[in-house]
Parts: sequence; C-alpha cells; structure tokens
Amino acid sequence: MDALFGGYSWLPVAFVGLMGVSILLYVILDGYDLGVGILSGLTNQHKDKMIASIGPFWDANETWLVLAVGLLLVAFPFAQGVILGALYLPVAVMLLGLILRGVAFDFRAKVDPAQKVWWDRAFFGGSLLTALSQGYMLGLYILGFERTLMNVAFAGLVAVGLAAAYAFIGAGWLILKSEGALQERAVRWAKVSLWLSAIGLAAVSIATPLVSDRIFEKWFAMPYLVMLAPIPLITGALILALHFVLKALPNRTDSLSWAPFSGAIAVVFLAFYGLAYSFYPYIVPEQMTVWEAAAADESLMIMFIGACIVLPLIALYTSFIYRVFAGKTQDLRYY
Amino acid sequence: MMDTLMLSRIQFGANITFHILFPTITIALGWVLLFFKLRYNRTGDMAWMDAYKFWVKVFALTFALGVVSGVTMSFQFGTNWPGFMESVGNIAGPLLAYEILTAFFLEATFLAIMLFGFNRVSNRVHTIATVLVAVGTTMSAFWILVLNSWMHTPQGFEMREGVAYVTSWWEVIFNPSMPYRLVHMLLASGLTAAFLIAGISAYRYLRGDRSEGVGKALRTGIVMAALLIPAQIFAGDLHGLNTLEHQPAKIAAMEGNWETRGNVPLVLFALPDQEARENRFEIAIPNGASLILEHDPAGIVPGLNDFVREDGTVEHPPVAPVFFAFRIMVGIGLLMLAVSWFGSWQLYRRGAPSPWMLRGLVAMTFSGWVATVAGWYVTEIGRQPWLVSGVLTTAEAVTTTPAGMVASTLAMYLAIYAALTAAYVWTLYHLARRDGAAATSGQAVTPEARVSKGGGRVAGPIPAE
Repeated sequence: MDALFGGYSWLPVAFVGLMGVSILLYVILDGYDLGVGILSGLTNQHKDKMIASIGPFWDANETWLVLAVGLLLVAFPFAQGVILGALYLPVAVMLLGLILRGVAFDFRAKVDPAQKVWWDRAFFGGSLLTALSQGYMLGLYILGFERTLMNVAFAGLVAVGLAAAYAFIGAGWLILKSEGALQERAVRWAKVSLWLSAIGLAAVSIATPLVSDRIFEKWFAMPYLVMLAPIPLITGALILALHFVLKALPNRTDSLSWAPFSGAIAVVFLAFYGLAYSFYPYIVPEQMTVWEAAAADESLMIMFIGACIVLPLIALYTSFIYRVFAGKTQDLRYY
Repeated sequence: MMDTLMLSRIQFGANITFHILFPTITIALGWVLLFFKLRYNRTGDMAWMDAYKFWVKVFALTFALGVVSGVTMSFQFGTNWPGFMESVGNIAGPLLAYEILTAFFLEATFLAIMLFGFNRVSNRVHTIATVLVAVGTTMSAFWILVLNSWMHTPQGFEMREGVAYVTSWWEVIFNPSMPYRLVHMLLASGLTAAFLIAGISAYRYLRGDRSEGVGKALRTGIVMAALLIPAQIFAGDLHGLNTLEHQPAKIAAMEGNWETRGNVPLVLFALPDQEARENRFEIAIPNGASLILEHDPAGIVPGLNDFVREDGTVEHPPVAPVFFAFRIMVGIGLLMLAVSWFGSWQLYRRGAPSPWMLRGLVAMTFSGWVATVAGWYVTEIGRQPWLVSGVLTTAEAVTTTPAGMVASTLAMYLAIYAALTAAYVWTLYHLARRDGAAATSGQAVTPEARVSKGGGRVAGPIPAE
C-alpha cells in the first residue's frame, strides 16, 4: 500500500484522514450547537427551547474536538508543538470560550432566575468567543502563521465568517428541530447568516491559492482547473439554492425543514474538501509534511487498529442517541 | 519575573488541580448512581429513585466541569509542553487515543440518556446507560493512570535519537507503579464521592429534609466511606512501598529524611530547610519511618543527600511541598477513618447519626478533594525534576513561548478556575436547599412514593426526630 504514496508509509495519511474526519464532524456537530449558542444571544423568548434542542448532544459533539486535537498530539508529535505554539493565545481564548459555554449549560438549569441571566450571557459569550477564535486560527493557519497587519485582518474576516457559518448551521438545526415562532425566527437568522458565511467562504477561497505557488498550481494548472471546477461551482449553486429554500420556509407541512441543515452540511463538506486538497500533504503549511511530523509506524498501527474497532461502535451509539431524541424538541426535563 | 518553565508548571498544575476535582467525584459517583438504580429496580422504592435524581444532577454538573477542564489540559500538552509528545509521543499517544476512543464518547453519549432519557427509553436501557457511563469514567481513569504511572516508572521502551520507541506494550501498560496508583486513585475517588454524598445529605437532613431519599443517600455515603477507608490506608501503604522501590528520592522527601541510615524516625511535623539540608522544629516518633517502610526498627531509609551530585546539582524534588502535602493527605485519611467509623457505629446503634456527627459530615463534605489534591502533589512534585523519570526532565519539554504570554493565560485560567470552583460549591448547596424545599413542601415527593415496599431491607428508614 505504501507504493501509493511514493514509498512513504500509508499510516500518516490514514491518520491525517482520520483527523480530517474528526474536524469535519466537529465543525458540523459542534457547529450547530455553537451556532445555537450564538443565536441564543439574539432572543430572550426562546432560550430554553433552543438550549433544550442541543442538550442531549453538545457534550459528545465537543468530544470530536478532543479527538481531533488528540490525533494531532498523538499521531503528529512533531507538528503539534509548532501549530499549537504558533496559536498560543487564540487557543487560550478558545478554551476560555469552551469552558464558559460548557459549564453555563449546566449551571443555568440549576440556579435562581437572577443568576440564570449571567449564565445565559456566559453561554452566548462563550459560544461566540469559541467560534471567533476558531475562525481566527483557521485564518492564521491558511497564511502559515505569519502575523502581518494584512494577515491579522484576514484572520479577523475568517473569524466572523466562521461564526456566521456556525450560526447558519445552528439556524438550520433549529429549523429542523423546532416549530412555530422559534422556527420563523430561525429562518430569519438563517437568511442573514447564510450570506455572511458566504462572504467568509469566498475570502478563504480567494486567499488560499494566493498564499503559495504550490497551492495555486494545484488548482489552476491543467487539467486540475477543469477537474476541480465543480467544487466551487456546486458550492455556489448550493448557497443559491439555500437562499431560495429559505424564502419558502417555514412551510405548512414542514416538509422542507430538513433542507437548510442538510445544505449546510454539504457546503461545509465541500469547503473542507477544498482546504484539505490545498494543504495536503503539508500539516504545517509549506513547512512540514504529514510524514515528517508523524509518530512511529508501530504506534500509529496500534492506534489505527483501535480506531477501526471503536469508531464504528461510536457511530452506532451516536445514531442510537439521535434516534432516541429525534423529532421536534420538547422541553428538557431531567425526568 | 518567573520564567516560562515555572509559569507553565504553575499553569499546568493549576489546570490539573482544577480538573482532578471533578473526575474524582464522577468516577465513583457513576457507580453509586448505578447502586441507587439497581436498588430501585430491585425494591421499586421511589426513595432510591429520588436519590438517583438528585445525584444525577450533581453528576451532570460535575461531569461538565470535568470535560471543559480536560479539554483545556489536552491543548496544554501542545501549547506548553511540546517536548513531551516529541520525546515520548509513541507511548503517550496511543494511551491517550485509547482514552478518547473508549471512554469519552461513551460517557458523553450515554450521559444524555441517563439525564434526559428516563421517559424516552425503557427502564432497562436507562439502567444500561448508567452502567456504560460508570464503565466509561472508570475506563478513562484506567488509561490516564496507565500513562501517568508510566511517567513515574517507565519501562517497555528504548530510546533512539531522543525519541522513545515501544518494545513491549504489555510492559508499558503494566508498569510497576500502575496497579498501585490505579487502586489508590479509584479508592480516593470512592472516598471523595462518599464524603460528598454524606456531607450534602447531612446538610439537607440538618435543614429538616428528612425524606427517605436523603436518608438512604446519607447511609450510603457513611457506610461506603467506612468500608473504603481501611482499604485505602492499606493500598496507600503498598503504594508507598512501591515508590520506595522505584522512586526513593520521593520517599526521602515525603519522610523529610536527609541522610540514608537506619533507625529513621517518623517525622510528624517539621520545617524542612533545603538550604541547610536539615529539619527544624522536628517532632518525631523514634524508628517510625524505618518500621513503616522496612518493617524493622533498624531498616535503612534512603536520604535526600544521596540525590545531590558532586557539583551540587540537586536531583531530588523540592522537599517542603512534598513533605507537607503528604502529611495533609495522611491526616485527612485518619480523620476520614474516625468520622466514618464513628458515624457507622451511630447508624448501627441509634439508627441515625447524632446532630454533631451530621455537622462533622457537613464540614467533611469536600475533604476528599483536599486529600486527593494533596496526594497528587506528593506524587507529581515528588517526580521532579523529571517529567518522565530518568528519561525526560520537565525543563526539556517546555515550550519556547515568551513568559509574558504564559503569564497572561495563567492569570486568565486562575481567575476562571477560582470563580468556577466557587460557583460549583455554591450550586451544590443551592441544589440541596432547593430540592430540600421541594421535598418538604411535597412537590417532588408524593405521599404515594413515600409508601415504600422494600425500603427497610437494606437500611431502615431514618426515623424523623
């Protein structure tokens, strides 16, 4: 199998694939609950219902981030220090956000109304902070961690774009899981956040090939230009389609409520694929390839076997939990 | 101004101190919840379910705090200690990966069923979810303690160009200190949860909430503590002997013993002076340390001066923190023994603890935290200056991030940890008051539910005074 990768081991490739899957799942899954968190700051009426819709899921969703960073640490020990060291402060800000929103979730359900307001603010602020810092890190990563004024401005733009994208995914989730007044609100949120995220996506798409000749060649040299053209074209078409679907929502039979969330997943998938295609085989952009950064093959193998056994089980019980809590959200009661 | 190394150590120390508070509770509380659930399944007595419902809320809050502080920790490996993974990533990596894969997802997913699923799934599935969450927390403890123990007593690897390569996974996992540390930590978790349950229940009881659910939880806590504490003292002693064999410098610091010699006294109190290399104001029992460690009054106990090189380089841990943390841990252990046995005796003789015993239990609510943290300080500071004993020093693994940046994140973490710890403790008492108020006004506890058909089988209901 190593022959496929020019004589290099296939294991680092498998692990960067696993890490990619974890990040993708994280962006979609925690994306919707971070998005709901961001949107919860825009309303007072529907907070409890909104938070109830993500109650059974948020914890497992966040675990995909733990797996992703875990895989970075354990499979690419020589890249982790470089990447996380370069992102030291934004990582700390993200952690602050994750801590605030994670605990606010539980505290708000257990304290008096007077204090609940503060935990609600922590939930909103934490979600927003998490989304912004993740976007900022993505921006810096694309530009190879170089901090010039232009680059920081770009990272700031990506930060807003990612927060908007999470808000859109969250709005899509709410359209799927809610009804009545909340669903109407969610449609309005989705309409705005769709175009904000589209701007962020466009910025990333334009900037990425300009960062290095290598990435430029990968996209614009023949025959890649023709082969890859469908990626941005389909993405654009999806965004337009989402725009029109949102105009038709909410509809009386609720038969389209699945569409925004599914569309969001498709757009995230395509955007992620585009980025992964651009940077592969580098894990630290233009500096370190996956093979240079990887742990020993023996250690990767023992984790690979474990992952092959356990990941299907995780998929199985995750789908079980989504079945148990399927349908429109009811008020969350402990019993 | 402190350097990046010291600041990163304080930051990681603060983070792991904050983190361990919560898993220490949830590891054992998961099994206690299973016990409540199984008693309910067996007896049909709603009081057990009342206890379950209250403590599952505590579990959820505690679990959330454990998750967020754990996420922070995993990132800090990379941001502050890149040398750790670069050097021993081939060993630490798979162990951490197995923890995430086998434990984290399991816990997070089935906790949702435990919390919100009682009316959505069958009682059997709900019980299974409780089992899986308990298994998950314990599995998580297993993997992380395997890794931590390996850092204390590494084996099963070879070094090539500064990077550790595994030669035997069996030796890595079953490294010499792992069984002792695992048992010691699981028992510590059991005791922490037992005193938490007893303390909060005693608080509710003192406030007039004499519902059966509270009584059952109170008894469970006291009896559990009384059963676990002798086991813990025994396991702790074995762990100490294991440390003597593999990390003598740590033992020397714990005992405050400077010279390797026989007839070493057991130092009850002293101010260890690392400059003068002697103890001041020492109060000691003659031959005590030799007796405990070697089971012989003349037994030779290693001394700290053996771990100073000719050129004056100190290769033993800082003495005072290890010395005092050890005494705090043992002191609380003995207090736990006294309180839980006396409390059990009162339960046996009078059917209920006396009011001052209840107040004592309230005072001891978080005693498990203090003992656990003190114990971890003993073992972790006791490993210094090594990060992985004999393989990698802490100084070698640290980041090159500027000190000012680490100082700013440290300040942020300290502020939020302090605030959240206070909020957590406050919320537990608030929950106790709120549910207590609901119970005494009859909201949560219906009279029908009070008619227990088997409540007296395990432990008779505590008579209302």
